[in-house]
Amino acid sequence: MSTRTIYLDHAATTYVKKEVLEAMLPWFTENYGNPSTVYSIGRASKKAIEEARETVARIIGAEPREIFFTGSGTEADNWAIKGAAYANMKKGKHIITTSIEHHAVLHTCQYLESEGFEVTYLPVDEYGLVTPEQVEAAIRPDTILISIMFANNEIGTIQPIAEIGKIARAKGICFHTDAVQAMGNIRINVSDLNVDMLSMSAHKFYGPKGVGALYIRKGVKLTSFMHGGAQERGRRASTENVPGIVGLAKALELADKNMDEYNRKLIALRDRTIEEIEKKIPFVRLNGHREKRLPGNVNFSFEFIEGESLLLMLDMKGIAASSGSACTSGSLDPSHVLLAIGLPHEIAHGSLRLTFGEENTDEDVDYLMEVLPEIVQRLREMSPLYEEIRNKNSDGHK
Amino acid sequence: MMYSEKVMDHFMNPRNVGEIADADGVGQVGNPKCGDIMKMYLKIENDVITDVKFKTFGCGAAVATSSMATELVKGKTIDEALKITNKAVAEALDGLPPVKMHCSVLAEEAIRAAIDDYKRRKGLIDDSGTCDACSKRCEDIHHHMNDEDE
Repeated sequence: MSTRTIYLDHAATTYVKKEVLEAMLPWFTENYGNPSTVYSIGRASKKAIEEARETVARIIGAEPREIFFTGSGTEADNWAIKGAAYANMKKGKHIITTSIEHHAVLHTCQYLESEGFEVTYLPVDEYGLVTPEQVEAAIRPDTILISIMFANNEIGTIQPIAEIGKIARAKGICFHTDAVQAMGNIRINVSDLNVDMLSMSAHKFYGPKGVGALYIRKGVKLTSFMHGGAQERGRRASTENVPGIVGLAKALELADKNMDEYNRKLIALRDRTIEEIEKKIPFVRLNGHREKRLPGNVNFSFEFIEGESLLLMLDMKGIAASSGSACTSGSLDPSHVLLAIGLPHEIAHGSLRLTFGEENTDEDVDYLMEVLPEIVQRLREMSPLYEEIRNKNSDGHK
Repeated sequence: MMYSEKVMDHFMNPRNVGEIADADGVGQVGNPKCGDIMKMYLKIENDVITDVKFKTFGCGAAVATSSMATELVKGKTIDEALKITNKAVAEALDGLPPVKMHCSVLAEEAIRAAIDDYKRRKGLIDDSGTCDACSKRCEDIHHHMNDEDE
């Protein structure tokens, strides 16, 4: 076992920044009052939530009354999609989304299909992009919702959200974007983008797990998802997760403040890693778009080997990463995203996702590039598929 | 999902990896589409397996079960080797996570496929039929997996 730990899975989750934790702590202990109460410690909690709401609103160019805190990014996606579908079902039952959404959106849409809604899953090109023209062409008189992710969690592809927003606005169709991966990595202004609903999750930008938010533009009709008390202006019942909400706002504030520097750093690590993998390891394929991709995202397929084996060997060397192989997803098929960009199953099984974050350094990439080529070679030497290729091109790569 | 220490040992230090150039029987099972392929090479003298090598494309459990299967068949007669079940392979590894049991099935099939190939070459069985294992498709393998989940 390695004594070194290099965390390269920031798209899965991040640690909580020290400043964020410090901002949260008082709301667990001294200031534990229920925000719905009238006495002083309750009022303090209420004030903390409203300040958090103002912070989030300011950063994304919204009004505070348009920000609703949720229990997760998944909940925000569920609420946005089911809420808009049920609120507008008299107008129509058609929803447009893409084939590479996160399961929080995809499975919600599939559920709505079982409830009688019709869903168009737009295909993507080899880089994972949808075009505004595709969206426009899919719009029908009964289309009530367009939901397209801001940036993909696996391959990092960033969609043309502003252009799609323009089309949705012109047609008067509600437009939701799952910005769980984008938030904290890309500056987002909901007014400029013509977005009507936007989901985010704190633990993707150095905030705590178990708290997210949904931006809902004023005037957008949405049924309630959680029924109960009058919290979140009666639209999302349940006693507020005060420390979580404070943590989300603090984390977003820090992300917004440091974004340019953070992006510069991550893009440098990303591009160096992509370049070195392409240079040092044969039979690889970069998944996703070279430029239109999240600053910290690297996703490669390594031919002739399987992703879980790769992850286990990287883990033995102290590197934490992830893969789109079936074996790591717990399902039978490799990642739906990798299949949607046209990868054959066997290439999709051999994918590796590395997502950089704040604490990563050039030394981490040095170390990665020291161990990764060896591991890939070792697994290939063990693979009957590699043997076949080698026998075919005897003068080929070794 | 957690692998036993034995699985991790056989994954990190697999026994008998490689090829046998003049093998007496070679069997390949699995499908790259499903994410695992095992190829087993046998050297057989007087019906006794004297040497065995494997190559595997697949997850940690696929590599570990291949490695364990080669250990189990080495020195055995072909009749004894044919009696090795997927459960025996899994037990020898101190168990597998339920979703990985299909890897042990593949290991059992790889042994059979290699022995079938040996028998075909010797003219001991009909040459026309393909072995069951080789024609197994993802869905069949996954049935095993679902069974284990239930």
